[in-house]
Amino acid sequence: MRLIWSWIAGFGLFWYHFIIGDDWTVAAAVAAGLILTALFVSAHINAWWIVPLIVISMLGLSLRRASKT
Amino acid sequence: MTAVLFVLVTTFLASAVEAIEMVTIVLGVGATRGWRATLVGAVAGFGVLAVIVVVAGLALSRAPIGPLRLIVGALLLVFGLQWFRKGVMRVAAHGLAGIRLSPEDEPPEWTGTGFDWTAFVLAFKAVVLEGLEVAFIVVSFGANTNQLGVAVIGGVAAVVVIGAIGLILQRVVTRIPRSLLQLVVGILLTTFGTFWSLEGLGVEWPAGDGAILGLLALYIVTAGTYITIERGRVLGFSPGR
Repeated sequence: MRLIWSWIAGFGLFWYHFIIGDDWTVAAAVAAGLILTALFVSAHINAWWIVPLIVISMLGLSLRRASKT
Repeated sequence: MTAVLFVLVTTFLASAVEAIEMVTIVLGVGATRGWRATLVGAVAGFGVLAVIVVVAGLALSRAPIGPLRLIVGALLLVFGLQWFRKGVMRVAAHGLAGIRLSPEDEPPEWTGTGFDWTAFVLAFKAVVLEGLEVAFIVVSFGANTNQLGVAVIGGVAAVVVIGAIGLILQRVVTRIPRSLLQLVVGILLTTFGTFWSLEGLGVEWPAGDGAILGLLALYIVTAGTYITIERGRVLGFSPGR
């Protein structure tokens, strides 16, 4: 049973590192941007600019954090 | 026609980025431990990748396009941002340098008899691990544009080209500016990830499909700006100093 759990945990960890990578805040911000855009779209506001703005600002913050460590 | 070209170029470049490392490792293992087990391992690795691409591609091609664009686009965006970020950092730090393998990456020489399972596993692992990212890009691009065949051609063509260069001129492969390629692919994945995920949410892009070029230009300028800032940091300059 423990072997199965460790296999499942390893599998999950692999996909986490594969998709999210070493800075989870970027992925979280993108997810938040998509949710915010969905809310705007449901209110008939064509908010195409939110995600590109988040991409540019989070990339800068992530690079800044990486260069400090 | 433009969509086909974009799919072909992106999957070719993405595959080239991973193929450089893949080919370098496989050639290194083959040269030091012998070719038979190495080639069997590499072929087995490609077999696994082919199964992944076919199964995932067929599954995704049956999914409704709206949710598919949102989910695959969002995954592509997050994944592409990783390459974008790494590409900026590496180009800022090392410019157009190729890859460097440390001495511990070189496998010890094989002098035994029989089938060399170490060479098999090393080659298999290199192909599967490096190729998994390519498979992800090929499947997501192919499914989203309904051009899985074109995406597979782009991916396979890069492996063939880099493999051929590696076989003829072994050291040249390590000199290909992989960081720059990674940055270019990161920008392309981020562009398409942004476009598709928002389209999946029902956003109407200004200029329709032309917005892809606008996003591409925006992210290229962003990359240039961040490389300049990062290079300043690497060299020890900071604003106001």
